[in-house]
This record gives sequence, C-alpha cells and structure tokens, in this order.
Amino acid sequence: MIEKDVVIIGGGPAGLTAALYSSRGLLSTVLIEKAIIGGQIALSEWIENYPGFPNGISTAELTNNMKKQVESFNTQIMMDEVTDMETLDRGFLVKTWGEEIKTKGIIFTPGASPRKLGIPGEDIFTGRGVSYCATCDGPFFKDMPVLVVGGGDTALEEAIYLTKHANKVYIMHRRDKLRANKIIQERARKQDKIEFIFNALPQEIVGDQKVSKMIYKDKITEEIKELEINGIFIFVGITPNTDFIKNSKLEIAIDERGYISVDKNLKTNIEGIYAAGDVIKKSLYQVSTAVGDGASAAFNLQKYIEESYDE
Amino acid sequence: MSEIILTDENFQEEIGNHKGVAIIDFWAVWCVPCRMVSPIIEQISEEYAGQIKVGKLNVDENRNIAAQFGIMSIPTIMIFQDGQMVDQIIGAVPKSVIIAKVKNYL
Repeated sequence: MIEKDVVIIGGGPAGLTAALYSSRGLLSTVLIEKAIIGGQIALSEWIENYPGFPNGISTAELTNNMKKQVESFNTQIMMDEVTDMETLDRGFLVKTWGEEIKTKGIIFTPGASPRKLGIPGEDIFTGRGVSYCATCDGPFFKDMPVLVVGGGDTALEEAIYLTKHANKVYIMHRRDKLRANKIIQERARKQDKIEFIFNALPQEIVGDQKVSKMIYKDKITEEIKELEINGIFIFVGITPNTDFIKNSKLEIAIDERGYISVDKNLKTNIEGIYAAGDVIKKSLYQVSTAVGDGASAAFNLQKYIEESYDE
Repeated sequence: MSEIILTDENFQEEIGNHKGVAIIDFWAVWCVPCRMVSPIIEQISEEYAGQIKVGKLNVDENRNIAAQFGIMSIPTIMIFQDGQMVDQIIGAVPKSVIIAKVKNYL
C-alpha cells in the first residue's frame, strides 16, 4: 500500500497535463496507465492543430515530451490497470493488479476508444483487413484499394495518410455532407486516389481469410451494393472508456452514452473526484481541449485538497 | 534483455522447433502503439524467464514470416505452444491481458 495526494487514471494528454499541474503544485501524484502513454493520439502520426508547433509535431514526440515533463516534476508513472476503487472515511482507495493506493483525490482521464460500426464481419476481420489505426496498419495495404468509413476530421485525415500506401482510398459516409472541417475536406478532395461514396450505410464485411468486400446500402435508392477492397479503416467516432468505473465500488454518475457527468469545475458527483478529456461530454474532442481540461481538473482538485485537508 | 530477435531465417529454429510456450511481438518502427507494447514484452521476458520464450519480429524486415501468419495489423502478439500458433492478441493491451492469455498455456 502506498499513499498519494492525487491518483490520475489514464495517460493521454488530459492525464499527463493533470499530472503536470498536480505534481508541479507539489502534490504527490501517481499516474496509472494500462496500455499506451499518449492514448488515442498514438493512433495518428502527426498533429498540426496543437499550438506552439508551426510545422506540426509527430504524436510520438509530443507524447514523449509530455511524459518527460511530468516525470521532471516527480509524477510517478505506473504501467498497470485499475481493478477496483472505493470511498474511505477520508479519501479513496484505488486498487491495481500490483498495488493499492490511498489517495485524497482522483482525476479520471481514461479517454475513449474508437467506436465500432457494429455490423457483421467487423469483429472476425479485425486484424484481417479491418483496422482502427491507419498509421499502424496502412503499410500492409501497399498498392491495394482500401475503404475508410466516416466523415469527420479523423476519417479524412487518415484517408489522406492512407493515399501514401494504398492505390485507391474510398471514403464512405452515411450522409451527403461531411462533418470534417473545410481545410481537411479541401485537401482530401484534391487527392486523385480518394473517391467519396455518400449516403451509404455499411451492412456487412465479407471475405475469406481476409477482407474482400464491404456490402452497403444506398440510402437514396435503397439498393444493396458491394465494394471490393482489401482493407477497411473505421473512424466513426469514439466511445468513452468508463466500464472499469461502472464495475467499481465508486458510484460515479455516468450518462447513458458512457460519459462521466461533470460540473463546470470538472468535478464529478463525488467530492474529490474530477474528470477530464475525452471521457466527459463536450463539443470538441482534441488534444488542445484535453490539455485544458486536464489543467483545470488538477487545479480544482488541488484547491479542494488544500481546503479539506487543512489541519 | 532476454528477448530473441526473430527473422525469416531463424524463426523455424527458435519458435517452430521450440518445445513449450513462446510469445512473439510483431512490430514495425512506424507503429507508435508498438513502441508502447515493447517495454511490456520486455518485462514479461524477464519475469517469466525460463517459462515463456519471448521473441520480437520486425514485420518490415521479415516479410515472409509476417505473411505466413497473415499479419495485417500491428502490434500483434501471437502465442505459440510446441511450435504451433495457438492464440493471438491484436492491438495494444494491458500486460495483465497478455499474461492472462499466456497462462492458459503454461
């Protein structure tokens, strides 16, 4: 058993920033990450809308810098997974596979995972042509046709990235208008290899050992069509990683879509517990907003700790 | 570091002919999540030295083996028992998930 002032759960940009503010505020801080420091940005190669880097920056470098910065202020980074959490008379207990931590406050920054399409074939062909990470798997589709599903920023950015490897990149979107911002739309439209398929509803992914086709429905004509491709990259939004909270002894308010409910100070329904980043409901999910939330959550938690532990 | 660097050339000898449990981390330099999984694999190779044989295979440099196992997504971790592939994990996952799967074969 160890004792800390603050436990931060999740090592993406929100968690790393919360850890920076918390440890720099001289609170003893541990950040628990179960798989990847950097979180979802590790799924992209490059970021160009994070301020301070006029030429953009690789996500690996940005993550590495953030990690170094928090470590320089003595945040302990623990690569482990939270198994349970509970409220104590004073503070909380966070259990992982390898440790038990008594703490005054918790900041949830577990982020989100790519949402699935939820159609037949998606699960069986994951790793057999279906992917949620273009930078990880794009090179496997050299000179082959691939399909990107989605119409937001991520879908278009990743489609542009995939033109480096694939010989054809289809973008399938269920509506006739894209959600992605105009500058990215323009860039995508300029790519000869990219072709849009609008008003298309994915129905089933088929193949033998590997993906060979996407079956989809034309929303206008109601016709069922087939598209022959070798790879399918799915970018249809995110789903918050809150199952481990629902399965714990803590009674944190979580909405019907899985997001943690917070007030304007990023406080959850429990005093001393805050949340930040992609796990809360907000209008824009970006590294820049995650970083902002992370800082605010840490600042507000510090105020709470100083007021309630003032002996 | 007790991991073995696997190649198209030594794969059969190191894994195909190995009696017991082995895990292989299929990776590439351009795969960011792979870099995050590597330290976990290294820890497992140390903690389970003598029980689990641990290897890493660069899919760019060893395309034959990568193709033979139909690798189309990395990181992929494959579990081998007596030279046969028995299970796999696709994507970056916590160490506990890897350990739990491998323990089924120990």
